[in-house]
Amino acid sequence: MADRRYTKTHEWVVVDGKTVTVGITDFAQSQLGDVVFLELPSTGRKLALRESFGVVESVKAASDLYSPVAGRVTAVNDKLTVNPELVNSDPYGDGWILKLELAGDLPPDLLDEAAYKQVTEASAH
Amino acid sequence: MPYLVHSEEDRASMLESIGVQSMDDLLVDIPQSLRIGSLDLPDGLSEYETMSQIASLAARNRVFPDRLTFRGGGVYRRFIPAAVAAVTSKPEFYTAYTPYQPEASQGTLQAIFEFQTLIAELTALDVANASLYDGATAVAEAAMMAHIHTGRNEVMVSGYLHPEYVEVLRAFCDGRGIKVRKGTEPGPKTAAVIFQQPDFLGLLVDAKTLTENAHAAGALAIACVDPISLAILSPPGEYGADIAVGEGQQLGLSPSYGGPHVGFISCRRELVRRLPGRLIGIAHDKQGRRGFVLALSAREQHIRREKASSNICTNHSLCALAASVYMTYMGPKGLRQVAEVSFKRAHVLAERLAALPGWEPAFPDRQFVNEFPMRVPKASAVVRKLARKGILGPIEVQRWFRELKGVVTFTCTEVNDARALDELLAALEA
Amino acid sequence: MTELLSFEKSRPAASPPRLPEADVKGLDPSQVLGPDLLRQKAPGLPQLSEPEIMRHYSRLASMNYSISEQFYPLGSCTMKYNPVVNEVAAALPGFAGLHPYQDEDTVQGALELMWRLERALCAVVGVERVTLQPAAGAHGEWTALRMISAYHHSRGDNRTEVLVPDSAHGTNPASAALSGFQVVEVKSGPDGRISLADLESKLSPRVAALMLTNPNTLGLFERQILDIAEMVHATGAMLYYDGANLNAFMGICRPGDMGFDAVHMNLHKTFTTPHGGGGPGAGPVGVKAELVPFLPTPTVERTNGHLKLDFKRPKSIGRVRSFYGNFGMLVRAYSYVVAMGGDGLTQASRDAVLSANYLRKQVENDLEMPHEGPCMHEFVASAQNLTHDGVKALDVAKALLDRDFYAPTIYFPLVVPEALMVEPTETESKANLDAFAAAIKEIVAEAKSNPQALHDAPQNLPVGRLDEVAAARRINAYLQGQSEDPVLRWKTPEK
Repeated sequence: MADRRYTKTHEWVVVDGKTVTVGITDFAQSQLGDVVFLELPSTGRKLALRESFGVVESVKAASDLYSPVAGRVTAVNDKLTVNPELVNSDPYGDGWILKLELAGDLPPDLLDEAAYKQVTEASAH
Repeated sequence: MPYLVHSEEDRASMLESIGVQSMDDLLVDIPQSLRIGSLDLPDGLSEYETMSQIASLAARNRVFPDRLTFRGGGVYRRFIPAAVAAVTSKPEFYTAYTPYQPEASQGTLQAIFEFQTLIAELTALDVANASLYDGATAVAEAAMMAHIHTGRNEVMVSGYLHPEYVEVLRAFCDGRGIKVRKGTEPGPKTAAVIFQQPDFLGLLVDAKTLTENAHAAGALAIACVDPISLAILSPPGEYGADIAVGEGQQLGLSPSYGGPHVGFISCRRELVRRLPGRLIGIAHDKQGRRGFVLALSAREQHIRREKASSNICTNHSLCALAASVYMTYMGPKGLRQVAEVSFKRAHVLAERLAALPGWEPAFPDRQFVNEFPMRVPKASAVVRKLARKGILGPIEVQRWFRELKGVVTFTCTEVNDARALDELLAALEA
Repeated sequence: MTELLSFEKSRPAASPPRLPEADVKGLDPSQVLGPDLLRQKAPGLPQLSEPEIMRHYSRLASMNYSISEQFYPLGSCTMKYNPVVNEVAAALPGFAGLHPYQDEDTVQGALELMWRLERALCAVVGVERVTLQPAAGAHGEWTALRMISAYHHSRGDNRTEVLVPDSAHGTNPASAALSGFQVVEVKSGPDGRISLADLESKLSPRVAALMLTNPNTLGLFERQILDIAEMVHATGAMLYYDGANLNAFMGICRPGDMGFDAVHMNLHKTFTTPHGGGGPGAGPVGVKAELVPFLPTPTVERTNGHLKLDFKRPKSIGRVRSFYGNFGMLVRAYSYVVAMGGDGLTQASRDAVLSANYLRKQVENDLEMPHEGPCMHEFVASAQNLTHDGVKALDVAKALLDRDFYAPTIYFPLVVPEALMVEPTETESKANLDAFAAAIKEIVAEAKSNPQALHDAPQNLPVGRLDEVAAARRINAYLQGQSEDPVLRWKTPEK
């Protein structure tokens, strides 16, 4: 998708006006294995750029989630409490994690598809 | 040499297979300057000589008969059924490793799953873990849980918590910048109120009110409890405590000069993700067979690394097994009888002691189960006199609490028969 | 074979055990204590007769692998033989019956044993004193870091970081964080050893200590340890030794001589106290002179043959557990040290290194060896060569279980993909080593001819691979209040 951006810590963002949707990438979910739990913030919480806002857990790993933008949490994907496996099966669609109201501008260091691909290729040594 | 299996021929043959001339070729990475010729230790001994040496060390200790032991303070003489040692001495249990390969460890996993259930039932809380090192570190781990859960930086100790547990709590909290204070009023900075029931002197506290006060201040209530007393006393779950911890030594473990014993911890559902250490859960294989497996490992240090809430890598599995056997052997009725017999004998003893000239209960308005404080003239002399007569007498608590000068605590359990009480009184009256 | 839970077999009609009566005229608790203090609902403990209980535990025991029956080549765990005489020693009434608050005059034998064990461990690792208090390896590690922290504070030096290699075991950074330090990772070089260049870039006046395992978690001796020690000490930091791999070089070299200031040991690894299915163990920590004042309280002191516990230690970090240590495990370790002696311990390490190199040679063409030999007491192989057959290290491990071997450590260290960490120890016969190598060869062949058999393993055990994902999801459903099935305990179904 042309307007999806990525971070080095394997989150993705889609921007729609002031609303930013955040999730974790397909690469991240495949590294983690079957997701069993997510620890997520409540709506209303303010997040700073790159602030750690939660944890995504599989049986063998636990990864911190870092906010790709600064903003205020407006929605959290409730479906993930009952079906955390959506993060694996549909990381860019139904597996979205939260929505933020953007504060200020988008950070300049968000990666495009090609740049993110380079990051994942470097990781999988 | 004992326990080594290779002959010189084996060694030569293996060196040849590897393709080297000597061991030095395998140790080539070690700088010559570090190589030592030998260890500064005597040579090894035969089994016979080894046991002679060990036995003579054991003989230099004085063991008081359990029926003439009236000393508690966190470690107690109890009847330990033969079944306990019969189970824990099975090599399949005591030489097994941590159950990381669950298919080959169903014995240990199921036994410890039963332990988790037994402790949860005893404390009337939702989930217990697979055990911790001892009561002291269990208290410290519970305090860490409360700190992480509430985000607050202080824990309050209410009343007479075992002084060594307080020391350990302080050592753990120091490392994380958490303040430990003794007090009666929790405040907005208090993550948890910690109390012991019965307390270090054996006295009962108002656990319900302490719990309510903690909650009113937004703090968690951590109850450090005596497992045998829970057969009679209201358990932490019934009065709303959030976390229960304690020492499980009385559940089938010998005093053994202080260890190894076993700590336990259980909590309400909402706090389970914060529990330190191992947790065992039910799982199924492709054929639908039920098994047991280490669960929620993602909390633990080997995955979370520096973000783990505890660094604990292990549990006291074999000790937890002993405790499981004991609790299963006793059942609810047996445990109740142990507690009631201890209660009755202790109360009769307290009455008889109070009749001695100059002796009085240190806190006459307080209740107790089977450990109690007495105010005694010339306490040290009394304890020494008892020792000369082969009786392990009470603990002088002024060693830790200056305000309790002349106060000693007596313990009485199901192993102190009626005649033992007579012997004790006779020794004191003489 | 299956075995129900004790709870499932419980029968309310089962008679309770016969226990002594009170035989004193006394009041019931319900007559003395107010209703607020009394338990309302009896605990749901199972009710079974003794024959049923013994049968239950015997059947559970038969569902375990253990070092008494199977070869356990677990890297970094040192699963050596547990001498039975040590159990006899620890059970002697003269040890088992001692109350920790007995007068010191009545426990001179116990204190002497602790003092002698301390002296012996000092000799093995080359330090001034040893604390026997910590109950486990991770506990000892945290204790050591607390002492190092106290040391720096006593010098008015506020050091906030601890350096940990990227190949380290997870307890290292966890313990460091719990001691209030920030953890900074140091990279390993291409040969698996710590990169001196990266170490240099990360050393600073903020660093309190570098934590190292030697040999490292790949079984390789840090050749440049003396340079490393010099670099670390030059910045005023301390060097901490993780003793997981001490079995590699007892009597050959000593961590103290390498420059380590705090030396941690695992009695349940190197000194053969039995693992017990996960504990109890003991994690003593040895220290050089600078750290002695900070040792946990009390220490054991010996003057003119008389032993006492020293509680007057103003700079001590305090207590790290109740009483004095896992005394029963100290007895076992001491019994081992006496029986082995200096000559036996040295030969043990030599044989451990020999066996590991021999076994490595036997399988070097079957699995990938990421680093050049020789190794020390353990080696790391990689199952990556089986990946294109769709076979992983996990499959190899499960297939070994089916062949009556316990599996090696898998997926550690993290720096090697599909890692298998193998440590045979000195108590496995050459025949056993050959049998293990043969099993590996068989499995590697099966990866090509019938990989599905490996994915289906184990087939010969009471259960096959358990669905941990489904279990974790059910647990999380319970924790979030979506279900009442706790999964982490048995709940008797309501009638």
